[in-house]
Amino acid sequence: MTAWWRTNKLIPILTVVAAILLFWYAMAVVMNSPWQIRLNERAGAEVGFTEFVLQTYDQAKPVLPVPHQILAVIWDATVNTDINSPRSLAYHALVTLSATLWGFAFGTVLGILLAVAIIHNDASDRSLMPWIIASQTVPILAIAPMIVVGLAAFSITGLVPKAIISMYLSFFPVVVGMVKGLRAPDRLELDLMRTYNASAFQVFTKLRWPSAMPFLFASMRVGIAISLIGAVVGELSNAAGGGLGVRLLTGSYNGQTIQIWAALLLAAALAATLVGLVGVVERLVARQMGART
Amino acid sequence: MSPVVSAKDLGLVFQTNDGPVHALSEVNLDINQGDFVSFIGPSGCGKTTFLRVIADLEQPTEGTISVNGMTPHEARLSRAYGYVFQASALLPWRRIDQNVALPLEITGTPRAQINERVKQVLDLVDLSGFEKKHPWQLSGGMQQRVSIARALAFEASLLLMDEPFGALDEIVRDHLNAQLLDLWKRTEKTICFVTHSIPEAVYLSTRIVVMSPRPGRVIDVIESTLPRDRPLEIRESAAFLTIAHRVREGLRAGHSYEE
Repeated sequence: MTAWWRTNKLIPILTVVAAILLFWYAMAVVMNSPWQIRLNERAGAEVGFTEFVLQTYDQAKPVLPVPHQILAVIWDATVNTDINSPRSLAYHALVTLSATLWGFAFGTVLGILLAVAIIHNDASDRSLMPWIIASQTVPILAIAPMIVVGLAAFSITGLVPKAIISMYLSFFPVVVGMVKGLRAPDRLELDLMRTYNASAFQVFTKLRWPSAMPFLFASMRVGIAISLIGAVVGELSNAAGGGLGVRLLTGSYNGQTIQIWAALLLAAALAATLVGLVGVVERLVARQMGART
Repeated sequence: MSPVVSAKDLGLVFQTNDGPVHALSEVNLDINQGDFVSFIGPSGCGKTTFLRVIADLEQPTEGTISVNGMTPHEARLSRAYGYVFQASALLPWRRIDQNVALPLEITGTPRAQINERVKQVLDLVDLSGFEKKHPWQLSGGMQQRVSIARALAFEASLLLMDEPFGALDEIVRDHLNAQLLDLWKRTEKTICFVTHSIPEAVYLSTRIVVMSPRPGRVIDVIESTLPRDRPLEIRESAAFLTIAHRVREGLRAGHSYEE
């Protein structure tokens, strides 16, 4: 029998979380203290160590806000604020989420279609793949404003340009993964289909597509996370529509560090949730396909 | 009666980066209806290649070959044969019944007919009751039996088997050999069987084709004197040992020029 503390995963996880929090709270004191020292000098206040530390955790615009400050702001801006108010983080998160999901959905479909074209046609392999790779070497920060401004010239604003930026990022891992996945069937399986005189379409639906499923889900995990980044970057280029990116932007204009961190943490939590959801769907599909459980 | 497979001066040269490789050379062979023909020889003697030529998976570069009186291509289009590979090549996401149904789905057979046929062939390989399992739940020997059932699904009269039991241990192999003989007697199929096991070839075959490598050619064709009814014990009989000896001699002769 292995001892419970060897098999239990909770303890190592909590240890790492505790270490991060400890480091965070320590760094907050270090980074916030110069400003706090100046404040205390101006006020002519003599404070003890404990009080000083608590002061560094309670600034309005700290260099590094501490977790409980950020969580308080998130709590206040979600639970205690009307969802339709522009001050609600939940509202902004939903704006970002919808752009993310639309971009992700179209990116995934586009990626699959490109992969299908690439594996069935040598010419499209050679003509498309270099451009697909080139598309990802250009910094998204440079392209995003052009897409936003360019579409605005046609009066297309709001969700669509952000979703396009998300799609631009998320189609790539899907293409790469699906090209590999659709080519996953080995010689034996392809020969087998040939002895049945199966059509290319039958080979695709009965062999290539099911073989590619694990690759599709691996790609989609990456794709959905960078879809969110795409949506946030799109929001940085156009502050009108709202979204977590806009909160980041206005936060940095006004030096509202807690607001920045709140938007940041929420975006990270959103990404983690979305990746987790893809994982759940993956497990359901795997079970449907008779995977070992 | 015309032969099921007829090869005349058949040759096949693969063009590789290291120059041409003569996989087959001057192969002349007729396989008759109801024969159980084994192809035996060391690796690289072209026995698998010959099977793949019959199946239209490789194109010969010289000579002619006919399958059921047609070209291999026409024979493949008319689904004249079932092919069993070295590995079972079962699709892991399909249940056993769905795997066996695969070739019938591809030909567009009506569902009711598929179900009936699947039941029939699974019964033939003694796997009734495993329909709803997934391949990983079955042993290697059982998986290979499923792939034989799948090859039988078409009701083609010709069965091509490429070292189907090569990856299995000897105990399972003995069992499957006996089962295959039984199946062959019941279905009266023509079977082409590639192996590199001498006892397996002698035990199963009505004819044994001994091949040698580089270039792959036929060096001996042995007509078996064993009766069609073959209990496993027949492998200790004098007739069996005589045939096995001749196969071994043939294989040795084929190898002699290499050293």
